[in-house]
Parts: sequence; structure tokens; C-alpha cells
Amino acid sequence: MEATVVKTGTEGKTWGGGSKSPLKASYGKMMMWFFITSDALTFSAFLAAYGFSRFKFIDSWPIADEVFNHFPFLHGVDAPMYYVALMTFILIFSSVTMVLAVDAGHKMQKAKVTLYMFLTIIGGLIFVGSQAWEWKNFISGTYGAVETKGGNIVQFVDTEGERIAIADVAKVLPEERVLHERKNGLWYTTDGEALPSFSINEVKEGFKSHEDFLVRVQKLDENGAKTILSREESLAMINDNAIRVVEGANLTRNEYGPPLFADFFFFITGFHGFHVFTGVIINIIIFFNVIIGTYERRKSYEMVEKVGLYWHFVDLVWVFVFTFFYLV
Amino acid sequence: MAHSASHNDNSAIKRIWNVFIILSIVTIVEVVLGIIKPAFLIDNTFIYMKLLNWIFIVLTIYKAYYITWAFMHMEHETKGLRRAVVWTAVFLVSYLVFILLTEGDYIYEVYKSGHVAWNF
Repeated sequence: MEATVVKTGTEGKTWGGGSKSPLKASYGKMMMWFFITSDALTFSAFLAAYGFSRFKFIDSWPIADEVFNHFPFLHGVDAPMYYVALMTFILIFSSVTMVLAVDAGHKMQKAKVTLYMFLTIIGGLIFVGSQAWEWKNFISGTYGAVETKGGNIVQFVDTEGERIAIADVAKVLPEERVLHERKNGLWYTTDGEALPSFSINEVKEGFKSHEDFLVRVQKLDENGAKTILSREESLAMINDNAIRVVEGANLTRNEYGPPLFADFFFFITGFHGFHVFTGVIINIIIFFNVIIGTYERRKSYEMVEKVGLYWHFVDLVWVFVFTFFYLV
Repeated sequence: MAHSASHNDNSAIKRIWNVFIILSIVTIVEVVLGIIKPAFLIDNTFIYMKLLNWIFIVLTIYKAYYITWAFMHMEHETKGLRRAVVWTAVFLVSYLVFILLTEGDYIYEVYKSGHVAWNF
């Protein structure tokens, strides 16, 4: 082997390699950084794809304030963004406790690392729970809407432009509604899609009888609000084009607007939520390692620092998701 | 490198709390702007985008800087590691965003100026 060693003349220099590590970081920490870089590119791809679809439907994209306006225990109160702002604070604060744990680790203070790791885990769990609640509201929906032949979503409003729930529009008709099941010839699909609360005929009849109800379409007007049609246009739209009642959201259709909107919501916040979830799991593992004194024996808390990097990355991604999904 | 912080105990902790305050204030500013939506920030645009959206994006990058530099201790890493991580992401993401948004806008124009109606 000796014979194959080539002298480069750069021994002793940084770029000469040898025993020196040019980046002055341990293998584990450096690999965590490179993993984070690649993961950041994955998230960027999701967000850029979201931007692509949004630019494609720039004049008809749903308005985030109208979709995400729930707050726990405040039913029917319009609270745009308060809840996501709260979630952002929870995550930033759990980042603070994490970096405090890392700092205590540098000083070999086991008790402090334990406490701060514990607080970080609690913060992460609260965040995941909040996200689940957000999903629940998104999936169940608030007002309901109808879908047209062209796949557009049409929502109901009164003359002041206030949204009206589909239950207040529809008129109950004495008709029989049957869930189309597999055994009656609905093949290659499951029986999952339940009947909506009202049939499209009930909505059409009800809309005809409420003289002061209007509809609004997805197109944004010059003020950035959804365009409200006149009574004649509304009647024509509902009678000629409406084919389906849509309540809540799934991957195929949603009551907020283009199907892509819900798809990206589920994908991006879901992928982020999965990262938070795995971050909590990894934090718990390290937390127990701290308790049993693994890192005291190792005389280094670098493991806490490495999971800390991952945890901060989750926070970093949320900052971008928050901006591009809820603010912009 | 990280151990250099451990000798001056309180300055590291003080910096953590300072950064937390900065991040909180920026988030509050974002939420307030997002709720009141000042008219002049919406009516005026800069390179095809509302001023308000530019403010959101700049503030987001500002927050990202503090999270990466202070919380993830990027400021204590060597220049080589810092550039390997940050430049890779920044240049690739800029390119990806540019190309996808341009394409998205092009498709929007096709939908708008084409002879097919989408309002049914």
C-alpha cells in the first residue's frame, strides 16, 4: 500500500486532507447538515409547485383568510390567521427551549438539558395537535358549496356578501336518496363517498325560493374579493351549471376552490407535520438517553445538538409554509 | 468551535432570548399586516408582485436567517460548511422558483387569452 501513496505537496495545508477535517465538524453533524439541505430542497420543490399552481390560477385562488378563520372555543367568530400565528409561536418557542438544551449540553448540565428537552417535546406535541385540529376544520368545512359542470366551485352569499351555509339554502324535498354502492354496479371503487347532507335538487329548489340569496364564483374582482353575481346570473349559474354538492375537502374536490388547493394543503402541511412528528419521536429517544446518562458517560452532548439541528429545521420550514400558505 | 460559546456563559443565553424576541416581533408584524392589509401596500406593485407580499417574503428570509445563524449555530461553523449548505439551497431554490413561476404565469396567460371559456 505504501507504494500507491502519491505525494501532492500539499501536506499540512487544509486542502491537502490527511488528518485534518476541513469543515471542522464531526461526521454526524456534517451529515445532519447535508440531510437538512436535501430536505430543504424537497420542501422547496413542494412550495415552488404550489407557487406554480397559484400563478396558473392567480385570479381565482382561494383567499386564505376566508379558509383558515377558526379558533378553538370561538365558534362562528371570524378569526383569520390567529390560530396559525399561535402555532408559529408555539414552534418558535419550542425552538428556543431546544437551543437552550443544546447550550446546557455544552456546559454538561444534565438537569437543565433534561428540562429543556422535555419542554421541547411538549411544544412539539402541542403543535402536532394543533395541526390535527386545523386539518379537522379544513376537512369538515364550514359552509359547503356546489360544483359546476366545468369543475368550478360556486359559493352562496346574501346581499351583503356574507357567506351562507348550504343548510340554510337547501329546501328539504320528499325525494328518496340512495347511496350508490358496489353491489349495484359501482365498480373499481370503494363505498367511501357518502351522500352529502343535501341533494343538488334540494339546493336548486331552495335557492330559487330565497329571493335575496346570491352566488359568488372563484374569480377575483379588482379589489381581490370573490366576484358576486347578480340574482339573474346566480339563478342561471345554479340552474344550468351546478351538478354536485360539495362539503368540506378531500383530495378530489373541496368547497374552497380548485382541487389543487386542498391537495397542496394536505401535502405540504402533512409533510411538515410528519417532520414534526418524527422530530418529536427523535427528541423523545434522545431525552431518555439524557436521563439514563448516556451523554454524561460520553462526556459530550453533541447528540442533543444534532437532533437540535433537525428540530430547528422543522421550525425553519414552518416559517416558509406560514408565509406562503397563510400570508401571501 | 461550539465550545467557544460555553466559556462566556450568559452571552449565549442572552443571544437566544434576543433572537426569540426578534422572531416574535417579526411574526406579530406579519400577522398584523396580514389582517389589516394596508391599501397602499396592496395597490402598489414591484416586479409584478404586491408590496405586501414582498414585505412578507423579506421578513420570512430575515426570520430564516436568524433561525439558521443563531439557533442552528451556523455562525460558528466554518465558511466551507456554511457555503456548502446555504449556497446550494439558495441558488437551486432561486432557479426552481424562477422557472416554475414563469411557467405558471405563462399558463395563466394561455387560459386567459385562449378561445376557450372556463366560466361554466
